[in-house]
Amino acid sequence: MEHFKTIGQSVPRIDGLDKVSGAAVYVDDIEFGPGLLYACVVESPFAHAKILSIDTSKAEKVHGVVKVLTGKDFPWKFGLYMKDRYIFAQNTVRFVGEQVAAVVACDAKTALRAAALVEVKYQELTPVLDPVKAFEKHSELLHPGIGQYSHVPWFFPKKDTNIAHWRKTRKGDLDKGFKEADVILEDTYRVPRYAHCAIEPHAITGLYDNAGRLTLWSASQSPFTQRNVFAEALSPLGITHKDVRVITPYVGGGFGGKAGVSMEIICAAVATAVKGQPVKLLWNRAQEFYNTYQRQGVVAKIKMGVKKDGTITAIEHTLYWDAGAYVEYGANVVNAAGLSATGPYKVDNVKIDSICIYTNLPPGGPYRGFGYSEFGFGLESHIDRIARQIKMDPVAFRRKNAIKAGDILPYGAEMNPNGLHECLDKVEKAIRWGHEEKPSGPNKAVGKSLVLLWKAPAMPPNASSSAFLKFNEDGSLNILVSGMEIGQGLLTVMAQIASEVLTVPVSKIRVETPDTDRNPYEWQTVGSHVTWGCGNAVKRAAIDARDQIFDLVQRVHCLDKSELYLEGESVKCRTKKDWSLPFTGFVINGMQAKDYTFKGGPIMGRGVFLPEFASAIGDPETGQGGKPNVHYTTGAGGVILEVDKETGKVKILKVALAVDAGKAINPELCEGQIVGGILQGLATVLYEDMRFSDKGKLLNPNFSDYKIPTAMDIPDEIVPILVEVAQPDGPYGARGVGEHTMIPAASMVVNAVANATGARIKSMPVTAEKIALAINEPQVYAKLFK
Amino acid sequence: MTHTISFKLNGIARKLDVEPNDVLIDVLRVKLGIKSPKIGCDAGDCGTCTVIFNGKTVRSCLVLAIEADGGEIVTLEGISKNGLSPLQKAFAEKNSFQCGFCAPGIILSATELLKNNPAPSRHEIQEAIAGNLCRCTGYAPLIDIIAGVAKNKAKKR
Repeated sequence: MEHFKTIGQSVPRIDGLDKVSGAAVYVDDIEFGPGLLYACVVESPFAHAKILSIDTSKAEKVHGVVKVLTGKDFPWKFGLYMKDRYIFAQNTVRFVGEQVAAVVACDAKTALRAAALVEVKYQELTPVLDPVKAFEKHSELLHPGIGQYSHVPWFFPKKDTNIAHWRKTRKGDLDKGFKEADVILEDTYRVPRYAHCAIEPHAITGLYDNAGRLTLWSASQSPFTQRNVFAEALSPLGITHKDVRVITPYVGGGFGGKAGVSMEIICAAVATAVKGQPVKLLWNRAQEFYNTYQRQGVVAKIKMGVKKDGTITAIEHTLYWDAGAYVEYGANVVNAAGLSATGPYKVDNVKIDSICIYTNLPPGGPYRGFGYSEFGFGLESHIDRIARQIKMDPVAFRRKNAIKAGDILPYGAEMNPNGLHECLDKVEKAIRWGHEEKPSGPNKAVGKSLVLLWKAPAMPPNASSSAFLKFNEDGSLNILVSGMEIGQGLLTVMAQIASEVLTVPVSKIRVETPDTDRNPYEWQTVGSHVTWGCGNAVKRAAIDARDQIFDLVQRVHCLDKSELYLEGESVKCRTKKDWSLPFTGFVINGMQAKDYTFKGGPIMGRGVFLPEFASAIGDPETGQGGKPNVHYTTGAGGVILEVDKETGKVKILKVALAVDAGKAINPELCEGQIVGGILQGLATVLYEDMRFSDKGKLLNPNFSDYKIPTAMDIPDEIVPILVEVAQPDGPYGARGVGEHTMIPAASMVVNAVANATGARIKSMPVTAEKIALAINEPQVYAKLFK
Repeated sequence: MTHTISFKLNGIARKLDVEPNDVLIDVLRVKLGIKSPKIGCDAGDCGTCTVIFNGKTVRSCLVLAIEADGGEIVTLEGISKNGLSPLQKAFAEKNSFQCGFCAPGIILSATELLKNNPAPSRHEIQEAIAGNLCRCTGYAPLIDIIAGVAKNKAKKR
């Protein structure tokens, strides 16, 4: 085993003191002086309507109002994977809360007051709220322009429908697979929408200065992607990439909600209309719910065939995604699920249809888990049911079918090395599988379950990371990356990787949040890929710096560079014991030669990483042929819970979650992802419930009515387990774990409830009301819930 | 009508003009440059705007600025200015927080708890921070630290 100095150590976060002292600066904390303007958005009250007229005259007359802007001012589209949105609605509004106009004023209260005076006349259209109905042939069309929107080459929108993308994956011979099966089970599962609920709402300040430079201070996971989308959308104004600068200070939680571009485009556009003055746009909590991204809902139909010995012979999985009014980002969630909706199982005969359907609900988009939590609820429920149907232990069933390195994936590529089986074994032990637990009272029942998970980063095949690394006079380091610190500990992990190569202690390394003018490129901090991708770039930058040092020593000291190594912040030589050259002597001011001249100069490393083996071009009808996923991270989750059979209330007694980190660069940070991710996942199944009116209006956009867990709502015990089967192309073997920790929660709870009570719930959330009805009044339950 | 109010902020006497409907969080952040209390919901649900007012934690988004007249307010800036408390140090050392947005509120709630109840039970710790929402950590690491700091203090006594 390789011996590491810093890798694998739970060093304290390098942003820890900032955060506990109150020194950490978030976007809304930045001062812009008395010239700061405030924007407030006028929103659509209808889920689907034509805009007949907009009268801004009354708002413009309010004292303190600087400008009122509408779609006429910015008739341009934007979008990440598919350009299907306008900066402001043009002729049609497609969800309640969509931006129709914006008021810019000298203070926030005036902007809010004036926004209420903008008069918009609408003609209501029928809202389409059910994705399965929207999928039908004669449904009202939400985007007549579908097919004309520009999009990435791996999307397949269907003309004259509401289908924005249809990912088809076909492997083997489905009919043959079902013929071979002894048992076939078919059912439908429903997963509603969810909200990220980062505690910091979206915030952005923009300044278009009189020299033509547009600077945005943005609470974002994606500074470079934002710069690209802003520059593309605003190019009719003559704005180019070099004119746009995105600065991202600390972010108060992302979870995918601050990926890509949502409300930020409004501020970027509005800033160009008030040249010379900074303008701030803050989302309130309600807007945070209905006008950023929501996790998409899905109706999943699963048909699975198994042999009596437990072999899965075929899976047919059809996913109808409620993708919302615009799918510029959400369509890629659909795509990711469409490639992987077998779960981490080896299945020879596969048919997956993952269908991205426009509805008149808020835009769907990325949320921690990126489609895998959503399809996992139905799939893992189905697996428990079919295993019990053939009277096989569901854990043994999973072990029999769990994928291994080298197995063929649904789209034809090979599975990467992974510790899935080890995760399964460890979780099985942690929850004492097979051991019966005593309930705490006569009306209580204890249930257990174990489920598997996998997830790949969903990213374009050419998503790159890069890093600069520079030494200071005292041998300390500054590392520049554009991977974003969103709480996961990216800055610390990048410092640990550089520290390992260069022997500079983490306490002497500073890594700061991005500024697109100063820091090198990173695609986005999403997909749990930055430890891997950005980490690879930092490692290469550190090796580049080390090589520069060795070259210089060879030149000046005439030592063979293959004999040189670094130790204790110095250069040493294998053939010259006792010789040592501390970094402080030369990393800025060069190395003095025998003739008293100086050679070299500041040492600066550069590293770039692009996964050169990836490609997104599979066959549109089968998905075969490409390598769209760089690798999968796998894991297993298990739970012991107790159900009160009278009230249906669930108490989580113990959760164990194992995830294969490849190499846990900072185990404490990885465990933090597990403990936090589990609760976020449990919240989706036990507490959170998004309610829309029959007109498509979100009824509970606040923390009083949309219950996220408090410190009172946590499991009695959580056992985080880190498995390490190296990712061959990862930095020191590392791969991401951030999103994965949320994925198993819903399916393990619903399976354990069934295990405890026999009640099988097929729709989320799994509320006490549903459980109590399903146990005590099954007919009523069947009537009320599908 | 503008009112002139005076109060002690982190040990320093302040005097300023406010409107009757000015909310304390906005006055602290915008007029006085105190940025550690954050705005997460503006409705008293999330606890990121927590400050200590006359010795007790309050949601500063639910307090009118004129109510602070004659009072004393302490924010995380005040707690930190003479060095970090054992609680802050322990949180940093053990990587308890992630995005850090809820940290000012949670640290103030925990500080208040330990002042009034030096040996809290786990349940009492959970209750004390139940009004501070955190979406990153799953709370357990935070509860562990508060319990650990209380235990250490008890040992030293």
